[in-house]
Amino acid sequence: MRALPFLLILTGILMLAGCGKKAATVPDSPGTTVEQGAGAGTGPGEGQIGEGRDLPGASGSATGAGPAGVGTVIYFDFDRSDIRPEYASLIGSHAKHLAGATGVAIRVEGHTDERGSREYNIALAERRAQAVRRALMLQGAGDAQLTTVSYGEERPAAAGSDEAAYEKNRRVELVYGR
Amino acid sequence: MIRRVLILFLALSLPVGQAGAQLTVQILKGMAESVPIAIVPLAWDGAGPAPWDVAATVQADLERSGRFRPLPRTQIVELPHAASDVDAADWRMLKVDYVLVGRLASAAGGRYDLRYELVSVASGERLLGTSVPVDARALKRASHRVSDAVYEKILGVRGAFATRIAYVAVDGPVTKRNFRLIVSDADGANEHVVFASPDPIMSPAWSPDGRSLAYVSFHSGLSAIYVQTLSTGSQVQVSARSGINGAPSFSPDGRQLALALSRRDGNVDVYVLTLATQELQRLTEDPAIDTEPAWALDGRSIYFTSDRAGAPQVYGVGLEAGARARRVTFEGGYNARPRVSPDGRTLAVVTLDRGAYRIGVVDTERGALQVLSGGQLDESPSIAPNGADILYTSRVGGRDTLAIVSSDGRVQQKIAASSGELREPAWSPFLN
Repeated sequence: MRALPFLLILTGILMLAGCGKKAATVPDSPGTTVEQGAGAGTGPGEGQIGEGRDLPGASGSATGAGPAGVGTVIYFDFDRSDIRPEYASLIGSHAKHLAGATGVAIRVEGHTDERGSREYNIALAERRAQAVRRALMLQGAGDAQLTTVSYGEERPAAAGSDEAAYEKNRRVELVYGR
Repeated sequence: MIRRVLILFLALSLPVGQAGAQLTVQILKGMAESVPIAIVPLAWDGAGPAPWDVAATVQADLERSGRFRPLPRTQIVELPHAASDVDAADWRMLKVDYVLVGRLASAAGGRYDLRYELVSVASGERLLGTSVPVDARALKRASHRVSDAVYEKILGVRGAFATRIAYVAVDGPVTKRNFRLIVSDADGANEHVVFASPDPIMSPAWSPDGRSLAYVSFHSGLSAIYVQTLSTGSQVQVSARSGINGAPSFSPDGRQLALALSRRDGNVDVYVLTLATQELQRLTEDPAIDTEPAWALDGRSIYFTSDRAGAPQVYGVGLEAGARARRVTFEGGYNARPRVSPDGRTLAVVTLDRGAYRIGVVDTERGALQVLSGGQLDESPSIAPNGADILYTSRVGGRDTLAIVSSDGRVQQKIAASSGELREPAWSPFLN
């Protein structure tokens, strides 16, 4: 855990940076499922975008709600796992919410874009999920409330092989009601 | 280099309920010096029609390999069935170098007797003369073995036609995918679904005896590694530790599995798991990502991907205590997912080549890199057990499909499914 002091400082900086401006987050919620019927005429590579999916227990669960009006997706730069300053307030809100509701548990799901080898991407997505997990814990979330899972490039949010799709896929999703 | 496109539909009347993705093999580039050969339809001694067209299977195998140029059957007018009936002068006029002839006969107990002979047109010499008993259900496999024998006799390398491949098939929209782990013959026919799940299936790896597959599945909600016996379908969970459980690779003796784990602290390292005892040995301990292990042939060291120097590169480390990792790849800014060639001299890797992810081979001693494929997003190389070809995933038109490139880069083939995407192919070892 030698990264802890550094992370504490970083988190402080991020929080300060986050105070100045409103975090620019893409609206998203884990309960939204964008269904694209098979054979709907939009083949892969034509920009199908699904912004979330139902996971077992994700909807209608007693512990299913996160903080109201706060995004649940953190996006990353290519081959990076450091959290961009703009997500400090988003992560802070979730951490505070979890600290105040110790019975609530979430899944921290890491993802990458499709470039590079699949198992390396699993590792990269794990690193992203762990970065978010640590940031949440530093701000009060309990270890037992957080389960990380790394999907690598296996569960893209957006189809397509262009930067527009890639930037939507390099992400960590916070999923309530695991 | 000659360029030609030959489409062979190889999924022959699959039983309902099987995978049915109908794989198509397309030769994109064959060898200019491909060997001209005539595969004469076999004689059939028995009641009714012949139970299997052995010559057609051999013809398709050799053609698909890109190393042979079989004479179209319509141009074969003489039909000798024994080497002694082959008139070399006639075949010389047809510009073929070799003629394969044979005879399939019904034998006692519902079995068959398959005889074949290979003749050199230049010398008139009989190069092969074989008679094998075959079970009724094994005629196709026996035909592939004829292809293997012809390939080896003429090219000096054992053929790998009678082998199998495993791969992951994916279909459905991004929000609702279906994953299936499939095993088929090396030509794409005879598909069987090994495991299916709405959650991701990844990284299939063959056991050295070709009887089991290790793979990663997320069907429990988290990643776990399973070993499944193909003949019985029995699935055993071998690693479901906290964090990621990934990249399984069987040791050459089949007793151990190298794998990538992140455990509680999230640091991805390479471990070795002894299957019988569940004893776990940590092989790397570096804050960087260490993953994608592949065993050296002697089972004493392991190659893996690490970004400890910044970008992903391939390293090797011995299994003995205190061994230090040595870097193997130096050319290019990205080299990952090593697979060891059967002679141990080269590694197939994913390499970043002028902005594109491509398949390359790296000399394990000197580190020299040769880029073989030409796609934009090529990955998951798997080397044929004879070392002659590399099967990999290529993204074409927004879809993952399988492709093959020869280890010297001279032959390229594309394998397409009629629907869905195919990825993470794993070529089986030689099968008995």
